[in-house]
Amino acid sequence: MARYEIYVTYKDGIFDPPGATAERALVNLGYEEVERVRIGKYIQLAIEDGDGEDARVKEMCDKLLANPVIEDYRIERVDG
Amino acid sequence: MRFAVVVFPGSNCEQDVVHAARLLGFGADYVWHGDDSLDGFDAVILPGGFSYGDYLRCGAVARFSPIMSEVVRFAQDGGPVMGICNGFQILAEAHLLPGALLRNEGLKFICEEVTLKVEGHVCDWLDLPVDTIVRMPINHNEGNYVCDDDTLDALRDDRQIVLRYSTPDGEVTPCTAPNGARYSIAGVCNEAGNVFGLMPHPERVVDPVVGGTDGRHFFTAIAERMAQVAG
Repeated sequence: MARYEIYVTYKDGIFDPPGATAERALVNLGYEEVERVRIGKYIQLAIEDGDGEDARVKEMCDKLLANPVIEDYRIERVDG
Repeated sequence: MRFAVVVFPGSNCEQDVVHAARLLGFGADYVWHGDDSLDGFDAVILPGGFSYGDYLRCGAVARFSPIMSEVVRFAQDGGPVMGICNGFQILAEAHLLPGALLRNEGLKFICEEVTLKVEGHVCDWLDLPVDTIVRMPINHNEGNYVCDDDTLDALRDDRQIVLRYSTPDGEVTPCTAPNGARYSIAGVCNEAGNVFGLMPHPERVVDPVVGGTDGRHFFTAIAERMAQVAG
């Protein structure tokens, strides 16, 4: 089995309302050093071993897991 | 004139849309998301709701429903397609419309009546003169329209912006979009004008008994246009 961790985040320049709200809340709590908070998604994926699975996972991200209009993603393979 | 109203798991405005179309004298029937044919229909409406629980992103899963490949083909052949609220989100996810819809800027689900200004546009679904003010309800958590600078320029140049949130007097400012939508955009169409998406709910304002009739135009304009094309 191949295991992947996928991080989906808004592209730079796309306003992130939950991130901006958490940012203000942290500053209000006294963490005035906070300059920026961006909130994204973390996806764990386990797939059967096979040929070209890295390319298949990238395809899954492009097709469904991320929306290329607003989001970037980073894939990490974690099964060594 | 017969409308296909697509029902996804989690749609909840399909009955209102069918009722509105029939009230105005048109044919309208439900099409299940698992169906694979739009034969016999003249126009397609994707209604509002919470398709697939809004999981992952609003519209992201519905976009791959079996019927959607037919909707894409129908749209590419020039057939009229309108997405209302969640239907708009599905059309954006399917890349039939530019941009995307994010969570409302204030993080609140908004359920209220808004005023909208009609822009100069190429959309087949609406024939009201430029600067007409219409009133319709909105009811959404993710109506914050975004697109990049190049897309916004193209939308303006190609007259794809159909409706913008305005004050009751028709003034549009950066503050008039209750959800933070870029350029106060409430509705856009594709370059050809046959695919249209909007966050407000025209189907809820077709009968004076529930507060207005501004939504009627969205059904009657496309019907008249189709009749002209056929005639």
